[in-house]
Amino acid sequence: MAKLLEVKNLSVSFMTGYGEVQAVRDVSFSLEEGEVLAVVGESGCGKSVLCRSIMKLLPGSASIKNGQILLDGADITRYRERDMQRLRGRMFSMIFQDPMTALNPTLTIGRQIAEAVQAHEPKISKTALQKRVAELMTLVGIDQPEARAGLYPHNFSGGMRQRSVMAIALASNPRLLFADEPTTALDVTIQAQILDLLREIQQKLGTAAVLVSHDLGVVARAADRVAVMYAGKIVEIGTAEEIFYEPRHPYTWGLLRALPSFAKDGEPLYTIPGMPPTLINPPRGDAFAERNEYALAVDYEEMPPMFRITDTHFAATWLLDERAPEIVPPVGGGWNGR
Amino acid sequence: MADDILLSVRHLTHCFRLSKRQVLRAVDGISFDVQRGEIFGLVGESGSGKSTVARCVMNILRPTQGEILFNGVNVCDAAQRRANKKMLQTQRQIIFQDSASSLNPRMTAAEIIAEPMQINHITTPRGSCRAEAEFQLHYVGMDASYLDKYPPELSGGMRQRVAIARALSMEPELLVADEPIASLDVSIQAQIINLFKHLQEEHGFTFLFIAHDLAVVRYLCDRAAVLYHGKIVELAPTAELFSNPCHPYTKALLSAIPIPDPRKERARPLVKFDGKGLRGEGRLEEVSAGHLVWKEAET
Repeated sequence: MAKLLEVKNLSVSFMTGYGEVQAVRDVSFSLEEGEVLAVVGESGCGKSVLCRSIMKLLPGSASIKNGQILLDGADITRYRERDMQRLRGRMFSMIFQDPMTALNPTLTIGRQIAEAVQAHEPKISKTALQKRVAELMTLVGIDQPEARAGLYPHNFSGGMRQRSVMAIALASNPRLLFADEPTTALDVTIQAQILDLLREIQQKLGTAAVLVSHDLGVVARAADRVAVMYAGKIVEIGTAEEIFYEPRHPYTWGLLRALPSFAKDGEPLYTIPGMPPTLINPPRGDAFAERNEYALAVDYEEMPPMFRITDTHFAATWLLDERAPEIVPPVGGGWNGR
Repeated sequence: MADDILLSVRHLTHCFRLSKRQVLRAVDGISFDVQRGEIFGLVGESGSGKSTVARCVMNILRPTQGEILFNGVNVCDAAQRRANKKMLQTQRQIIFQDSASSLNPRMTAAEIIAEPMQINHITTPRGSCRAEAEFQLHYVGMDASYLDKYPPELSGGMRQRVAIARALSMEPELLVADEPIASLDVSIQAQIINLFKHLQEEHGFTFLFIAHDLAVVRYLCDRAAVLYHGKIVELAPTAELFSNPCHPYTKALLSAIPIPDPRKERARPLVKFDGKGLRGEGRLEEVSAGHLVWKEAET
């Protein structure tokens, strides 16, 4: 399969009154055609900034310090706004977290989807436009599209709104879809439906997707590969099976153990101690060392490199070094009757 | 047995008037009891009336019909409410979902926590308001360095702790928690859940816990009621509810809990609930001890 997106050593910083915030630090990953990559981490770890920096939707205070973004082999790192506009929509589009604020409350749903279609095909005829809008609404699972197109966002429930936002994002057949916490504002039942829909669309249209979430449980349903981010860095990346069944990084262990589904009766839930570090002056060694109960002395001194476990599975922790002591991971290794 | 019941909701109905002709029955004749020292869960999708129940219990909304007995006092009755004003205002406390908007951004954590004591003219058992605030902050797992912080300086989990500390400063009998963890990260959620569990086990607080996340409810609650379109469709002890769900809507809800296991999760079909069998009249029937399920009346 061809590599659709390749990010090499990307670093993004924000200039603030308190100093330089290193939101994304030396991140590298690649995405193949038709693949779903989930990016998981706590709030403030740089997940959203990573997505926005690839789409170049960052505010003026942010700048790409280092690294390359390759789209279809072409380096778009230094693209200007005008070139980016040509790519947005056609190459990639984005679904935002809150469907309430992503839609215009004064326009009908049909009008808003039509607007997205027209932006890319300005000469489309009225009947063709209506047909395309109905087609998009059916694609995202809104039935009776002709009747529903005349309704306003406030007539729709949260799940329906998120479906409309997806229809807008898919209006010009993007090859890459960024979904920034698409289900966080939704109920459990709707959440599962939206994830299934995302998976279905991805299989039907062959769209690749980057799914951002803070909940590892959510990601299991939709993702092919999972990247775990902490303090602006990817600390572990691998296929969904590898991350869930054989996690290697202590932070991934912590995220998994914090889920109530893992709790045994009567035992308190595991919590990751402490707080994420500020990214103004990130610690010299491993940023997670302070909160890591398995931390080694070297963790405080030197940043761990990405250790290769299999061809697809990488993790940045000194525990994988051959000199490190053996540690029995608290989760993983066939814990779920595998 | 009657003494054990702290909160009793009887045939509660609340209607919102949307326009001259349209009336929305957000809560439709529901009844349940919350016993002293238990965590009672209210579960349902958005729009099922969970928060409306919480707001009626807190006297924020006035129910259209029905009564709510708290400690034997009918909180819907103006005369009884006036006679027991202080008890009602101190013994019931609520924690809202969004801590960013429920805390005054111009007050420090210490002022926020001490405010209910000043309003209710309670003599502080630990000397000063500040000492009291420090004690409550410590109680929810934060140290004194946070006393002079303003809410925007705190992270989501910390803010939610301040909101909990504010509610606890009255040492209430009943804590109503309206989706307190929905806006938090998974790792922070675990901290707040542990805190709730600790408060109940060690200090005997009673919770009315509102959530849409069933994995949390299974872990935390002793009993839970499932709401659908303003009606309770199933009410049972949590273990019973999860091992033996009877109503199709409960089954649909249970099937939607994400399992952090990619192979199992992908293989698992979603159960859809179309709302059939919930249009007309009906009533709750007991299928086993303490397990009530909605049965539609034959027509």
